[in-house]
Amino acid sequence: MFDFSALYEAYSVREAVALRQEHPEAKIIAGGSDQLVKLRDGKLAGCELISIYTIDELRGVSLGEDGTLRIGALTSFTDVSENELIERLVPVLGYAAGQVGGPQVRNIGTIGGNVSNGVTSADTGATLLAWDAVMELAGPEGTRKVPAAQWYIRAGQVDIRPGEILTAVTIPKGAYEGYSGWYMKYAMRNAMDIATLGCSVNVRLTADKAAFQDVRIAYSVAGPVPMRAENAEAAGRGQPVSPETIERVAQAVGEDVHPRTSWRAKAEFRGYLAQELLRRCLTQSAKQAGGVLHGV
Amino acid sequence: MGFKTITFTLNGRERTCSVDVRMSLTELLREEFGLTSVKTGCEVGECGACCVLVDGRAYNSCIYLAVWADGKSVLTVEGLRGPATGQLHPIQQAFVDEAAVQCGFCTPGIIMTAVELIGTGKTYTREELRRAISGHLCRCTGYENILNALEKLVGEKK
Repeated sequence: MFDFSALYEAYSVREAVALRQEHPEAKIIAGGSDQLVKLRDGKLAGCELISIYTIDELRGVSLGEDGTLRIGALTSFTDVSENELIERLVPVLGYAAGQVGGPQVRNIGTIGGNVSNGVTSADTGATLLAWDAVMELAGPEGTRKVPAAQWYIRAGQVDIRPGEILTAVTIPKGAYEGYSGWYMKYAMRNAMDIATLGCSVNVRLTADKAAFQDVRIAYSVAGPVPMRAENAEAAGRGQPVSPETIERVAQAVGEDVHPRTSWRAKAEFRGYLAQELLRRCLTQSAKQAGGVLHGV
Repeated sequence: MGFKTITFTLNGRERTCSVDVRMSLTELLREEFGLTSVKTGCEVGECGACCVLVDGRAYNSCIYLAVWADGKSVLTVEGLRGPATGQLHPIQQAFVDEAAVQCGFCTPGIIMTAVELIGTGKTYTREELRRAISGHLCRCTGYENILNALEKLVGEKK
């Protein structure tokens, strides 16, 4: 038995919002691969749960008329990683979702849960940040949209307000069109492991493929929450596609990341990883975008 | 504490029962239905010993609320043998033939993941199969004979 005191099940978004208002202290449970483990550990002993797992309208991936890619919050990692639209428009996100845990965890775990628990190591967290995703919430006053950059407040806390639930993760057309990206997760094992550090990069090159028109870089486990590397991005934007640019970007990232020491890795090692994964991700992103890098 | 009446298909048979909402699917299957192929291993979704299929997909039943099974179809190893003949499922036979079992604790879970793979109708390289069973811990075999058994049914034809 799990140690919670009540379970309120929602079958629609409207029901979920009503339950959130009736039981403001209750925790939301989606797939449960995080919440049930915490419960088993005794960390949430006696809490109340609102289960949104049974809201089928929150599953699936679709493309809006304006080209916005919309991923229902309860779409499983497996369904994200195997989705044809994601494969075509933002393959990096599918790849990142495929790096979570193992197959059974990817069947139960949801993309919405991954970004709602406010955990810095979320595999899709950094990638959604790098792709300028927009979170879509439903609440008593209707729909609210939050850009990924403003989503994370502090470790374990995201911008979900009382009465609200996350309904979808969206990526506007302008954020993905013309961009190519790469994600790397460094962990001790290939499966069932949490990232020591993760780096997600995407770039848009100029028409002649000679320069970086835009560079977006995000990290997991480089700070208390997933974060963008603004100095490094600025160091790359407008610069020629060359090994020298990539090196300058990698050097600049030292000012952005503030990793800490944990039992998984020392801060110094994470700092080293931040640079090395960035070099590799930026190189791969540039190549994906059709850029030519001599000597790399 | 709340109870909820759920109706679901278990190994091909419709079942209705009252469950404590705090129950995991592992607990429901083992304690209410005596399906002890569903192992209680780590209980935090790491080891895969409790893996069952829900609507054809592999889930760790230890981190799956029993009430979520309402309206779904659950399959465990007990439901694999042919009801009329009692014959082993081809994947079970392959595990026997390849000596893919040592202590046997991880076996039912891996069998269920294998059944999920068979259900996709696809074939897999050995590397893909390694990844496909990466949610299962086996401390005896080193996985080689397990992979040999899986390859017999869903391996890429050479």
